[in-house]
Parts: sequence; C-alpha cells; structure tokens
Amino acid sequence: MFAFIIRRIIQATVVMLVIGFIGFSVKHQLGDPVRDLVGISVSVKERDALRQELGLNDPFLVQYGRFLQNAVKGDLGHSFFFKRPALDVIFSKAPATIELVFASSLIILLVSVPVGLYSAIYPKRFFSQFAMGVSIVGVSIPVFLTAIVLIYVFSVQLNWLPSFGRGDTVNIMGWESGFFTIDGLKHLVLPSIALSSIMLPLFIRLIRSEMMEVLETEYIKYAWAKGLSRKRIWMIHAFKNTLLPVITVGGVQLGILIAFTILTETVFQWQGMGFMFLEAVERSDTALLVAYLVVVGALFVVVNTVVDIIYGLINPTVTIASR
Amino acid sequence: MQTRLQKFKESYLFYSFKRDKVAIVSFTILAVLLLAALFAPMLAPYNPYDTTIIDIMDSEIPPSWMEEGEQRFFLGTDIQGRDLVSTMLYGLRISVLIGIGAVILQAIIGIGVGLTAGYMGGKIDAVLMRIADVQLSFSTLMVAIIVSAIVQLSFGVGRYEQLAVPILIVIIGIAEWPQYARTVRASVLGEKNKEYVEAARVIGLDSKRIMVSHILPNTLSPVLVISTVQVANAVMSEAALSFLGLGMPVSKPSIGSLIDAGFEYIFSGAWWITFFPAVLLIIFILVINLLGDWLRDVLNPKLYKG
Repeated sequence: MFAFIIRRIIQATVVMLVIGFIGFSVKHQLGDPVRDLVGISVSVKERDALRQELGLNDPFLVQYGRFLQNAVKGDLGHSFFFKRPALDVIFSKAPATIELVFASSLIILLVSVPVGLYSAIYPKRFFSQFAMGVSIVGVSIPVFLTAIVLIYVFSVQLNWLPSFGRGDTVNIMGWESGFFTIDGLKHLVLPSIALSSIMLPLFIRLIRSEMMEVLETEYIKYAWAKGLSRKRIWMIHAFKNTLLPVITVGGVQLGILIAFTILTETVFQWQGMGFMFLEAVERSDTALLVAYLVVVGALFVVVNTVVDIIYGLINPTVTIASR
Repeated sequence: MQTRLQKFKESYLFYSFKRDKVAIVSFTILAVLLLAALFAPMLAPYNPYDTTIIDIMDSEIPPSWMEEGEQRFFLGTDIQGRDLVSTMLYGLRISVLIGIGAVILQAIIGIGVGLTAGYMGGKIDAVLMRIADVQLSFSTLMVAIIVSAIVQLSFGVGRYEQLAVPILIVIIGIAEWPQYARTVRASVLGEKNKEYVEAARVIGLDSKRIMVSHILPNTLSPVLVISTVQVANAVMSEAALSFLGLGMPVSKPSIGSLIDAGFEYIFSGAWWITFFPAVLLIIFILVINLLGDWLRDVLNPKLYKG
C-alpha cells in the first residue's frame, strides 16, 4: 500500500513537471516580461540591460529551472493587466469558482442518488423510464445552452432571478463568500443548476447501472431469503456497495466540472477563475494564463491522486492489480 | 453468390435496425442533416459568405410568421443581416466538417497508439497508457480550451480565424485521442492471444502486418461504437470553443459561434438568432447519441470500462 501511494505521488510530481514545462514554454515563446514591466517609453538599450539583468538571455533550461524554483515558492509571475502577482489574482477569483463547483456538486448528489436508486429498483416504472429519457437528452445539450435557456426563462421572461454576476458577498477571513447573503444565494441558483446539468445525467446513469448490478448479486438474494426488510436491503446492503465506483468516478468527474466552469462563468459573467482565464486570453495576459494553467493542472493532479489513493485504501485489489 | 447488399440486408445489424423505431427516426434525421450540410451551397437561399448581398438594413428581422417578419427570410436574419436559414446550413457544414475531421484524426492517433500499446505490451504499453490516462484525467474540454487559447495567442486572432477549421480539427483531435487508444488497446489485449494471431506469427509475418491486417479488423466494432459518440463530442467541443470565442469567427460561423453571436442579443428580444441554431445543434447531437446507444446495444462490444 505504501509503495502504491509513493508511486502515485511520484507520478503526480512528474505530471506537474510536465505541466510546468508546457506553461514555461508558452511563457517563453509568447510573453515578454520586459514589456510587462516597462511599457513603451523605455529605450532599446535600457531594455536590453533589463533583459540581461532578468536573466532572459540565459539558456532555456536554466530559465526553466528558475521558473520551477519560483513556482515552488509560490511566484508564478506578474499579471500584466492587474499589475499584481498572478497567483494573487487567481486566489482572489478562486472562491467564486469553488463556491459554484460546491453548489453544483451538492445539487448533483442530492438529485442523482435518489433518482438513480429509484430507477434501478423500479426500472419499469414510468418515472424511471422518463428519467432515462431525460438523461440522454440532457447529455446532448451543451452546458452553455442550458445556461442560456435558464437565463431566458428565469431572468428575461419571469424576472425571478438575476442573470449575471455574484451579487452581494460577505468577506469572511479573506474569503469573498456569496453563501451568506440572500442576494448572493439568488445569484448562485442559475449558474449552479446550469453547471450541474452537464454531470447529472452521467451520475444518474452511473448510480442506476451500478445499483442494478449489485441487486443481481448473490448476497442480495441471500438477504432477501433471510427475510430482511426491503428498506434494509436496498439502503444498507445494496447502496453501500454502489458507492465505491460512484466515489471514484465522482471524484474525477467533479474535477472535470472545473473545465465546464469556464463555459458557465462566461455565460453568467461569474467573476471566477474561468471568466478570468478568458479575459486573460483576450488581453494576451500570458503570465496570468500560464499561472491559471499551472494552478488548474495542480488541482486536477491533486484531485486525481487523492481519489486514486482513497480508492486504493477502500479497495485492496487495485494495489495488487497495479503491481 | 450473394452480393454485398444482400448480405447486408440479411445481417443482424439491419434486422435490428428495422425493428427499432428510435434508430430509424434518428438515422433519417441524421441523414437529412448530413445531406443538408453537404449540399448547403445548393440548398441555401442566400450565400452568407458573399458580403455583396448582405445588407445591414436587413439585420435582426424576426422569423417570417411573426409580425415584423419578411417572406424573404423564413427564420429571420442575424445581427449582420444574413439569412438565418442559409447561415445555419453553412454553419452546420462547418460543424460537421470539423466534427468528422477531428474524429478521423483522433481515430488515426488513437488506433495507432492503442494497437502498438496493446500488441507490444510491457514498458511501451505502460508509458503510452499512462500518458493517455493522464491526459484523460484533465478532461478533454479543458485540454481543448487551453490549447486553443495558447494557439490563438501565438498565431494572433487574425491568422487564427483564417486557419480556424484545420486548427480546430487538430486541437479537438489531439484532445480526444485517448478514448480511442484505450478502447483499441482493450480489444487488442483480448485478440492477441487467439489462435489466428499465433498462426500468423508462426508463418513469420512481421508484427506491423499482424497488427494492421489481422488484429485491427477484429477491433473495429468497438471503434465504430465510440466513433458515433465521438462525433457528437467533437461537434459539442467545437460549439463550446466557438461559444468561448476560441473557435470559428462570426464571419464564417459554425453553429456554436452563431449561438454565441446571438446570445448578446437575447436580452433585447432577438431570441431567434440563438434559438434556431441551438435547436439544430441539440437535434444533431441527440440523434447521434441515440444512434450510438442503439449501435452499442446491437454490436455489444466489451467496452473498456474505466
């Protein structure tokens, strides 16, 4: 087990190095730190001096090494637009994205578990068939269209909910939170529903198929034969064993939600990391773009590694198979 | 002697197709849409790329059955005064072109990698599949978004828009190849220990020949199944990229960039610019997904669960 964890951590480190390398190459090719620092009113000679001083004439690999050193210390460069360290900018935007992902995950869990279980237990009933039908239609609708429809119906036509921004936020120990004001929560409703719509069909299908598989197993038949109550068999015996694959797939998929936050945040002008990323692209803010790449890459790597390790802890066959 | 057509008519595939209403309807809609995309220049009443016939005075005309609608423009016009029907047909053409192109590219890369990894085994297999797994764990959409952002920055918006179609094909192709690699590898692992492969090896054929002409044909049914879903995914990715402004430019819109262009006007009541392309996109993706589901049930390959 220990060896397995070590191996996963080494792999994660290698992946981070590769991400760092890609990020650095982008920066090396596209960004001009001198321009970011001085603007246009400085002479060519002074620029060259600055260039030498900053070590921009050093060999590629030396610069890469320096980039890694700085990255480990938490310095990912300076945002040309915000005039602040890129990491600061990202951390100031992160709470918005994290809250959005959290709210969506909550919706996904609260809806997909009951619907998935119900349609596994009663596959022939109308509601189950209906849920399966809706889920294949749901998979086929891009998340930005769901978002647009929600805005059109609930903001433009009914005027119930706001269509953009985060609304009032409260500062709790440096964390700009929208969870504690009514206005903030109102702003959260549509984006989180839109974001959850992309994963919901997938989770419902996953839970349904896992549960159906479990219900066919011998030990469930034995539980029926023992005369246990239906509730006990479904909820305690069967449901527990559907959780294992759901947790692993779920963990990875929740990481993937971050990719979709870019789309959702664009539609709702939600001031999070995804929206910031697109603005950075429009403004050619290379440092910020690279910082985003590294931060999001790290996020994915951490989530996947943790999920793998948890899975290894719960299910010992994994460590044996990977040997 | 049976002709191929007869053989196909008696096959299980055709038999189950005839009995499945959903499959027939989906296939018909898909065929109509594909033909419409293929013959867009002949079907479309106007040429949306021809700037000489576009009149800005015609912009934002609602569909013809509405009060201010005009007979000339059945579904109305977009913000630039282009006929929406024509623009959608041309847009569908671009979306389909990118979708199919990207799938062909990812199939080539993925099948190559999957075959090599599965057949060679050992270290090569471990390294290739690790790469595939790692790339998949980043979500294909994220990879596509970041790569296109970087490419757009390094090319400059103008050049990027000129070369948008091939660039998007490459980006989406590169972002999604691991799906193919995993599927192909899984079925190669199932095939490579069978007698016919052994026999081929005994005859002394080289491994390249065995891989391509002996093993590959037997892995095609899972490839066919995921190909349908992958086309839907590719079209969806393209739409997402275009919606973010990282895909097709508005002057040569795909369905996604048309939706994006219309979205800004949805608040001022011009819903049709977004609505009709959106419906077209959803129908297109939905019928492909339904066909993919049906194909999976019929061919029932052991898909790699992961």
